Amino acid sequence: MTKIPVHLDINGRHHELQIEPRVTLLDALRERLGLTGTKKGCDHGQCGACTVHIDGERVLACLTLAAQAEGRAITTIEGLAREGELHPVQAAFLERDAFQCGYCTPGQIMSAVACIREGHAGSDEEIREYMAGNLCRCGAYPHIVAAVRQAAQEFAS
Amino acid sequence: MNKHATSNLKAEKIVGGVATDQRHDSAHKHVSGTAVYIDDMPEPAGTLHGCLGLSAAAHATITRMDLSAVRAASGVVDVLTAKDVPGENDISPTGRHDEPVLADGKVEFFGQPIFCVIAETREQARRATRLAKVEYKELPFVTDIGGLDPRKDKLVTPPLTLKRGDAAAAIKAAPRRLKGKMRVGGQEHFYLEGHIAMAVPGEDQDVTIYSSTQHPSEVQHMVSHALGIPSNAITVEIRRMGGGFGGKETQGNQFAALAAIAAKKHHRAVKIRPDRDDDMIATGKRHDFLVDYEVGFDDEGNILGVDFMFAARCGFSSDLSGPVTDRALFHCDNTYFWPAVHAQSAPLYTNTVSNTAFRGFGGPQGMVGAERVIDEVAFAVGKDPLEIRKKNFYGTSDRNITPYHQTVEDNIIQRIVTELEESACYARRRREISAFNANSRFVKRGLALTPVKFGISFTATHYNQAGALVHVYTDGSVHLNHGGTEMGQGLYLKVAQVVAEEFQIDLDQVKITATTTGKVPNTSATAASSGSDLNGMAAQNGARQIKDRLTDFAAEKYQVPRDQVLFLPNRVRIGNQEIAFADLVKQAYMARIQLSAAGFYKTPKIHWNRDKGEGRPFYYFAYGASCSEVSVDTLTGEYVVERTDILHETGRSLNRAIDLGQIEGGFIQGMGWLTTEELWWDDKGRLRTHAPSTYKIPLASDRPKIFNVTLADWPEASEPTIHRSKAVGEPPFPLGMSVLHALSDAVASVADHRICPRLDAPATPERVLMAIERLKGEAKA
Repeated sequence: MTKIPVHLDINGRHHELQIEPRVTLLDALRERLGLTGTKKGCDHGQCGACTVHIDGERVLACLTLAAQAEGRAITTIEGLAREGELHPVQAAFLERDAFQCGYCTPGQIMSAVACIREGHAGSDEEIREYMAGNLCRCGAYPHIVAAVRQAAQEFAS
Repeated sequence: MNKHATSNLKAEKIVGGVATDQRHDSAHKHVSGTAVYIDDMPEPAGTLHGCLGLSAAAHATITRMDLSAVRAASGVVDVLTAKDVPGENDISPTGRHDEPVLADGKVEFFGQPIFCVIAETREQARRATRLAKVEYKELPFVTDIGGLDPRKDKLVTPPLTLKRGDAAAAIKAAPRRLKGKMRVGGQEHFYLEGHIAMAVPGEDQDVTIYSSTQHPSEVQHMVSHALGIPSNAITVEIRRMGGGFGGKETQGNQFAALAAIAAKKHHRAVKIRPDRDDDMIATGKRHDFLVDYEVGFDDEGNILGVDFMFAARCGFSSDLSGPVTDRALFHCDNTYFWPAVHAQSAPLYTNTVSNTAFRGFGGPQGMVGAERVIDEVAFAVGKDPLEIRKKNFYGTSDRNITPYHQTVEDNIIQRIVTELEESACYARRRREISAFNANSRFVKRGLALTPVKFGISFTATHYNQAGALVHVYTDGSVHLNHGGTEMGQGLYLKVAQVVAEEFQIDLDQVKITATTTGKVPNTSATAASSGSDLNGMAAQNGARQIKDRLTDFAAEKYQVPRDQVLFLPNRVRIGNQEIAFADLVKQAYMARIQLSAAGFYKTPKIHWNRDKGEGRPFYYFAYGASCSEVSVDTLTGEYVVERTDILHETGRSLNRAIDLGQIEGGFIQGMGWLTTEELWWDDKGRLRTHAPSTYKIPLASDRPKIFNVTLADWPEASEPTIHRSKAVGEPPFPLGMSVLHALSDAVASVADHRICPRLDAPATPERVLMAIERLKGEAKA
C-alpha cells in the first residue's frame, strides 16, 4: 500500500511520518515514534489502555487512524507533566496507589484528566460511570476513583 | 554525589523498612508512562515478528496443510510447523508429554496453534497467517463436562481422593440428608498486558528471552527442551508483567519456545505478541467445575458427613490440572470441620484449551462447593446461613482436623467473623432487608457473610524453595535479585523492604533488579501466594550472610566482642563509636571481605503423601471474611452490589498499603468470576467470548457502592514466616463469594426463603432471572 505523509503534533512537538493510511494512531505512537507510554491492551477499543487526547478530548488511539489526527493537538501520557512537575492527576494516582501492575495506568490517567475537564467528576458515582471505559484487571478501582476525586477537588479549589 | 552521602546517620528508624507503608517501587514510572514492559523495549535491528496459525476444528486429524500462499506472502521469512522444532515438540510443564509446541497432524481444540508465521513486521505475519489452507478430518469432540461421567471418562491426570472417617455411613446415619449439583464457571485472566516473548540470539547456542512469565525457570527449561540445547545457554529475563494472575505461570512457554526457535534459526531477534483474541483463544483459563455433593446433618444444622465429587473441565492436556484439582479438594472444607468426609477429583479431558493456574488455583472452586453445602443445610433447617456457618466452623483445640489430616493450628475465623458481623451491622441489616423486601414488589435485597481460609504453600513440596542474590557495592548501595517475578503485586518492593531492614539502610539504597535465570537459578513460579514468603526469606538469608561477615570483620578490626557490633539506621555501632554503613563496607572491601551472597530458603514442616491423601501440605492458613449486600431487579435479573465490608488478615503485614490493594483487587476479581465473567463455547467447539466485547470483567462502575475494607491489625503468623507476615495474593480472591451468596439470598426472597436457590456461578443477570423464575414456579407448585 502506498505511504502518505502525515504530520502529527504530539505533546507540543511536530513529527513528520511516511506511513500507510491504515496505520492507527496507537501504532504510530508506539512503533514509529517510540512513545510507548500509551499501551495496547485489546486493540479493539474496549479496554481503554490506549487512551490519548486529541484537541483535549479523550480518544482511543487504537481506533483512530494516525492520518485522522493530522493537524490536531495530540497529548499522550508522556506530555502531561510540565517542566518535570507531575500533572495533578498523575500526582493523585501516585499518592493514592491507584494501580498495581501499571499497564492500564497511562490510559486511566488520560481518561481521568478528560473526565475532570468534562465536568464528570462531581461525585464518586459519576466518576465510576465516566471512568468505566478503562479496564483495570488488578481491580484497583477504589484507589483510581479516590485519585480522580482528589485531583478533581484540587482543580475545583 | 553518591546518594548514601545523604543518608541520615542520626535517624532513629530507616526509611522504608518492614511493616511500613511504602509506595510501589515503580509508582513514579507507572504514572508517567515510563515503566518498561517487554513490548516497550527497543527492538534490536532486524527484529522479526511471529503470529500463530490456529486450528479451525475442535478435534481432527489434519489431512492437508498448504502453506505455500503463506510463505509467498509479503514480508514472510519463515513458517514454522511441528517439524521445525529442533528438540522435543512438547511444553508440558509436568512432563506428561501431552502438549505440543505446535500440533503435529492432529488437533485437540479449536484454536490450537498449528503453525507460526515469522515475518518482517507483525502486520505482515498476521495477514499471511490468514492465507493458510488447512483441511481437517473431524473427529468426535466434547467441550462440556456436563455429559461426562467423572468416574469413567478420560482424565488428563490421575485424580485424588481425600477421606477422613466414614462419610457414607455418617451421611446414612444422619437425621437428615440431601444431595445436589453445582456448576462453577471458569475465568479468563484478561491480564491487560497479553502474552509476549522476545528472543535475542547470542553466540554459539546462546539465546536470551524476554518473556512475560511468572516462571522464568520453567520457560528456560521448556526452551531448552524445544531447542535441544542445555539450560545454561538460555537466559530468561522479566522485569515486570502487566498482570499475570496465574495466566503466565505456564502459558508463556509456547510463545517463548517459538520465538527462540525462530531466533536461533534465522539469527535475528524474534518477537511474538499475540493479539487479544488469539491470546484468549489459545491460552488456558481457570477451570470450571461441576460439583456433586451429598451431606448428612441434624435438625440444628450441624453437618455430620459430606461427600464431594469435583469434576473439572481441564481441556486437552494436563498442564497444571493435577495440582489445581488437588487444591480444589484441599479447600472443600473452607473454614468448616467435616466430621466425616469423602472428596474426589475428576480432572476431565475435553476438546478445549488446556485450563491452567488462576489466582486461587482451584481453591476458590472448592470453597464455593463448601459454601453451597452450607446454604443447602441452612435452607433445609430454616436458619440464617451465617448461623450454620458459625456452627460448623473449625474449632481451635478440637474439631480441627482437615480432610487431608492436617491439623488447623492457627484458626482465627471465629474472631474474624465476629468482628466483621459487628462492624458490618449484619443482624440489624438482616432485619432492615427483610422489611425492605416485604415492601418492595420488584427490587429485592440480599445479604450474605462468607468466610475464607486459604492454605499457604505449593502442594508440590519441592516448589517451596527460593533463592536470592545480594551484592553490596563499595559505596554501600545494595543490588537485590531473587527468583520472584513482579506482576503488580508489590513483591519486589516487599523483598527490598526486608533487605533494607536487615542491613538497616534506607530503602532507596536497595536497587531492585529484573528477575533473570542468570542470577538466581532453579526458581519456582511466582505463584501460590508464596512470593514474599519464599523470596523474602531467601533475600534475608543472603543479607544476613553478608552482615555476619561484616560483623566478624568489625569485631576483629576494632577489637570488640561480636555482640558490640550493632547495625543502626544507616550506620553501625562498633563498641563506643558509630560509623556509616558505607564506610564499614569500604573498609571490609579493603580487607578483602566478600560482599556478595546467594541466599536460600526452604519452607520447613511441610510434607504431603498424595497416595495416602495425608500430610501437612500447608505451612499455615490465611483468613478473611466479607459481607455483601445486593439489590436485584426481579423482572430483569439485573443487580447492583450496594455494599461490601471486608475484614482480612495478612499476619503482621510487611506493607499494609500493598496488602490492602491486593485485598480490594482480589475481591473485585473474585466477584467478577462469580457474577459477570462467562466463558461460552459454541457447537463447533469455538470459544465465542474472546474479547472484552463479549467477556465482561468488572468495571469501575461495578465495584460495590459502599466498600469498607479493613486489614486486621491483631493477627500474626503462628509460624516464623518473614517478619511474621502472611501471604496475600490468593486468599482475598474468594472473598467475592459473599456477592454470589447475597444474590442467592435476594433470589430466595421471592419464595419466602423456603427454597434454596441453588444459584450457579457465574450468576449473570440471565442466570439470576432464571433462578427467580424457577423459585417462583416451585413456590407455587
